[in-house]
Amino acid sequence: MSRTKLLAWQISLGFALLLFWHAISTWPILGDVKQVKFFFSTPTDVIARIWRFFATGMIWRHLWITLVETLLAFGIGSLGGIVVGFWLARQPRVAAVLDPYVKMANALPRVVLAPIFMLWFGLDIWSKVALGVTLVFFIVFFNVYQGVKEVSQTILANARMLGMNERQLFRHVYWPSALSWMFSSLHTSVGFALVGAVVGEYLGSAAGLGYVIHEAESTFDMTGVVAGMAVLSAFVILIDWMVTLVENRLLAWRPQAGDRTS
Amino acid sequence: MAGEASGQAAIELTGVAVSFGTGQQIYRAVADVDLAVAPGEFVAIVGPTGCGKSTLLNVAAGLQAPSAGQARVRGHAVSGIVGEAGYLFQADALMPWKTALANVAVALEVKGVAKREAEERALAWLARVGLKNYVHRYPHQLSGGQKKRVALAQVLIRDPAILLMDEPFGPLDAQTRTLMGDLLLALWQADRKAVLFVTHDLDEAIALSDRVVVMSAGPSSHIIAEHRIDLPRPREIGDIRLDPRFHAFQSAIWRDLKAEVMRAYGDEFVGMQNFAMKV
Repeated sequence: MSRTKLLAWQISLGFALLLFWHAISTWPILGDVKQVKFFFSTPTDVIARIWRFFATGMIWRHLWITLVETLLAFGIGSLGGIVVGFWLARQPRVAAVLDPYVKMANALPRVVLAPIFMLWFGLDIWSKVALGVTLVFFIVFFNVYQGVKEVSQTILANARMLGMNERQLFRHVYWPSALSWMFSSLHTSVGFALVGAVVGEYLGSAAGLGYVIHEAESTFDMTGVVAGMAVLSAFVILIDWMVTLVENRLLAWRPQAGDRTS
Repeated sequence: MAGEASGQAAIELTGVAVSFGTGQQIYRAVADVDLAVAPGEFVAIVGPTGCGKSTLLNVAAGLQAPSAGQARVRGHAVSGIVGEAGYLFQADALMPWKTALANVAVALEVKGVAKREAEERALAWLARVGLKNYVHRYPHQLSGGQKKRVALAQVLIRDPAILLMDEPFGPLDAQTRTLMGDLLLALWQADRKAVLFVTHDLDEAIALSDRVVVMSAGPSSHIIAEHRIDLPRPREIGDIRLDPRFHAFQSAIWRDLKAEVMRAYGDEFVGMQNFAMKV
């Protein structure tokens, strides 16, 4: 399929879905129109609402808060993951002792931590950042750990034969290898940072996209909910696109762009 | 010991044995290997697959400690990585995250040479191995032969006293191998370092070396024969193969090697013969 043809199909599918939605909320096809409107809202209302979000400028503050939380969660979680990942990969004994605890901590569904974090860090951004950090940390940690462990033995032996000491091995071999693993999970970890932020906002906050959606839900304002979700999706796609740009730059040496495992 | 007194052999292995594993699982890879490479000598080791040829190189390089015996490089007992050895590996050993230029330059940078000077000298070396136009490529953008040439430049730019080569051209196709062999000979001819070259390719061993050492099949593989290759130098691999004496060496060494190769494969080939008879 050519590019334009593919794009045409994608756009038509979107239009068809919107049209279907419009139809069931205008004519009594699937039952009472009022009921359908209450449960699903209507496309025109949603578009009007999104327009108002941006026209009044109220959405910018929430987008900004969510962005800041996401970036902080990503930054702190990555830093922690890199440091601990390196440390444990180079200290197999410590890693063996900590192994069951790491697995236990990672097995815990993070949502249950949200109320605790709110108790510890309050209702402003830091409780959301903490939630995102717990998600990002483990992804980065596991990848860096793997990256250091799985350095090719030949590359390592060659580097040693070239006369590299421990510090130089770290700089020229372990570090780039670990980073390449970390970058290959960049999409996942940035995505999880955002999930942490939004879920945290959803469970208790006064700002952010999660808050916007939650507020609408608590008044059965389906239009607000769908508009909030649409803005959130667009926001995620935008961030993902930026990650791709960064990734293409950083992983230029790789035969193909990093795999997008979840 | 003798090595210390004479002090002259570039590489000297005395009574070297290497075992892997422990207890019941122990595997004796090589046993009782005595081998000396004189300065400026090019020695090839041939043997069936899995006979521990590479293990010997690793012992000489200090990557593998022998379980018995001793390795000496230029009179010094080997313990730990031998700084004055250059090692060319069979598998890809280039750092995939560095360009060809960076891969070669880093070999000098780790010795404390300033980055600028290291890169200048790396450029010169890449030109010597014919990769002038590929210096900014990453390893995955280079062909197998090009990668080997980068690796060769990376090893030689450090000006090592001895060269250890572990089937370096093994993964390449036949024509590229011949070209790489010629390139290696041309570079080696310039300053004649002592070389220990492991290969399973008999032709390659004869064409390149001054002496071919034949190893037995494992376990406990050891040296079973040595052949001095006194073909004239400098050599061109394409020409030397046509020399009638080349064929004499070929059949003489193959006589020693064949029994070991068959032993290494066990009864696999017997099975094949039975299968052929049924068909």
